[in-house]
Amino acid sequence: MKTMTGPDARPALSPEGPAPARRRGRGSRRGRGWVTAILFVLPALVLFALLVLAPILVAGYTSLYKWNGIGPPSNFVGLDNFTRLFASDIFVGDLRNGGILIVLGLLVQLPLSLGLAVMLNQRIRGRAFYRLLFFAPYMLSEAIIGVLFSLILSPEAGLANRMLVSWGLEPWTWLSEPDTVMFSLFLVITWKYFGFHMILYLAGLQGIPRELSEAARIDGAGSWNVFRHVTLPLLGPTIRVSVFLSIIGTIQLFDLVWILTGGGPSHASETMAVSMFEYGFKRSQIGYSSAISVVMFLISLVFALGYQRFVLRRDLEGASTTMGDRR
Amino acid sequence: MLSRRGVVALAVSTLLLGACSTSGEGGGATSGAAAGSEKVTFEFWNLATAEPMKTFWAERIKEYQAAHPNVTIKNIAIENDSYKPKLATLTQSGKAPDLYSTWGGGVLKQHVEAGLVKDLTSDAADVIGGITPAALSAYQFDGKTYGLPTDIGMVGFWYNKALFKKAGITEPPTTWTGFLDTVKKLKADGTTPIALAGKAKWPGHYYWSYLAMRVAGLEAFKQAGTSNDFTGPDFVAAGQKLKELVDLQPFQKGFQGADYSTPDGQAATMGNGKAGMELMGQWAPSVQKDSGKGLGDDLGFFTFPAVEGGKGAPGDAFGGGGGLAVGVNAPPAALDFLKFSLKAENHSKAVKAGGVLPVLKQGEEAAVTDPHVKTVSETLAAATGFQLYLDQEYPPAVGQEINDSVAELIGGTKTPEEVVKSITETAKAESE
Repeated sequence: MKTMTGPDARPALSPEGPAPARRRGRGSRRGRGWVTAILFVLPALVLFALLVLAPILVAGYTSLYKWNGIGPPSNFVGLDNFTRLFASDIFVGDLRNGGILIVLGLLVQLPLSLGLAVMLNQRIRGRAFYRLLFFAPYMLSEAIIGVLFSLILSPEAGLANRMLVSWGLEPWTWLSEPDTVMFSLFLVITWKYFGFHMILYLAGLQGIPRELSEAARIDGAGSWNVFRHVTLPLLGPTIRVSVFLSIIGTIQLFDLVWILTGGGPSHASETMAVSMFEYGFKRSQIGYSSAISVVMFLISLVFALGYQRFVLRRDLEGASTTMGDRR
Repeated sequence: MLSRRGVVALAVSTLLLGACSTSGEGGGATSGAAAGSEKVTFEFWNLATAEPMKTFWAERIKEYQAAHPNVTIKNIAIENDSYKPKLATLTQSGKAPDLYSTWGGGVLKQHVEAGLVKDLTSDAADVIGGITPAALSAYQFDGKTYGLPTDIGMVGFWYNKALFKKAGITEPPTTWTGFLDTVKKLKADGTTPIALAGKAKWPGHYYWSYLAMRVAGLEAFKQAGTSNDFTGPDFVAAGQKLKELVDLQPFQKGFQGADYSTPDGQAATMGNGKAGMELMGQWAPSVQKDSGKGLGDDLGFFTFPAVEGGKGAPGDAFGGGGGLAVGVNAPPAALDFLKFSLKAENHSKAVKAGGVLPVLKQGEEAAVTDPHVKTVSETLAAATGFQLYLDQEYPPAVGQEINDSVAELIGGTKTPEEVVKSITETAKAESE
């Protein structure tokens, strides 16, 4: 490494070398290294500060005010917005809806993706085609999928109900009743994201050496045991990342819900981000909606740090969150 | 890998990016008089994304620019539902567009209080005198005028004459009891009585508002607006009357997921002859035609029925329109263009095209050719009182809470008492 950089990098004649000169050289090189590093990082850092840190701080500041978004905030209310938030049925409902979607995602969507990935990792005819087909929904934006499914699930003219009727079945309520809307929403979310997780798992599966499962088979393990004791443990890092992405994505879910249901009927499908938009832009209660955004940020942050610290520790050995207790 | 020069270039471009975002500001504010030869550019934010108003504004802009070669008007048409967030984003930075669409009422008042809007009282005095008071009222606060109307209309029941006849209904109902009977008859005949966009929420608030107007009277809305107390027994009674209707299950299947103008929405359901009636504003016939087939001669209009024993006059109308406000830093040309478009010979073209209703006292009646527009226009002219849409009259938070709570009442998750309690809580919190 040190022989590769710097103008005075000359081949060391002997392992001992001229010690003092070398130390001096290394010191100045390290200083220059820092300058280079800072210059490299600066543009990203400026953008990060401008587009990420500053808005977080501003939201934190405005969340302490009762502010309609016009003119500078002046009515300081302390933590009032937060107390109102946690007393609000709508926000508590948001948390519950988010929880439901996370649990369903972990129990249904990810196993489905894993199953498909395992299937498509075998030698079957048209494998590449299936992979492309299953990945395709992920390439569409959430907005497009929202519009697409609002047409498909539309009560009378929608494709879904027309098909049900043509099969002699009763049309279903999909998005139009509080007790079916979450199921329909989850269906659409799964349709969009299962391909993404499937590709993650496929990549993970291809990193598992074939010799291991062969060895297990020679030792007499059946397909299930090979999957359970060889594939699954070695897929661990991929699964942990996929779970992480799935949960963080659900916490921030907005576009799909906004277009499909607007959070309704009667707030039955509302998420935190939808409430934030509703209060911020429709009701002009910017202070209150800032409070929602702050809570959303804190939930994501605590989850992300906790998850990295406790779950991803093995995968991220040496990352900043585990640096303190490196063994 | 990037070279060091590349790093510097990147850093410089980042700085430039920052500089760009500040250099765009402050245009227009310093420009001179409309009549001068100095180049003037101003932005015109409007909602005219659909015909006939799209063409109407394009033509007026062309004419105005031809007469004033130094003026350039940037025509920025934004779809209704994305207009409000877009405008809110701009006003948050303490600015308003030079000339922009407004519905008046609570939102405009917030802009006025923040000093974003020009007071037109004296600058537009010549035009204001010629506008009907009902159309103008939504833009006036404390005797000053902050916007000029380009449209005014009212909400009423649009009904399918053929379906009414089929169900044996000869006359549209005039009382609430009669109305409930009509609903029952339609239902017994196998017709969906009412089309409603539950997802959009605002169409539902028309029912509660009209019922409250009929039960409590117009004065009660004014009082509630100042006392922030909607818990009076009359407001509860309005909710109970609405509950009577909801309990008959009069709406189309899946109405809670239905939007207003989507292919399967309220307007399409009505326009395709799948529902007996809808409670909607003066634009209903054109949207019915746009989203569905349209009913043609089968379409009729009747005013919201009277409620027996109510304090409100049965002739009171509920509605609103649309107008334009001028940003406080706008060049004089913006107001000049607004006045130009409100000249009788110009505005009557919009009326003639069926896009808006007359707002001027004189010179527009002859332009009303469409029979439906004529009906609404005449009913409005004969109205005994006028109430602006509640989601415009009150501050946005209160207006949205009304929409929201009433949607929950219709959805069956809130009682009439809970509705007025939620509205009152929001109104009290807003006024603190």
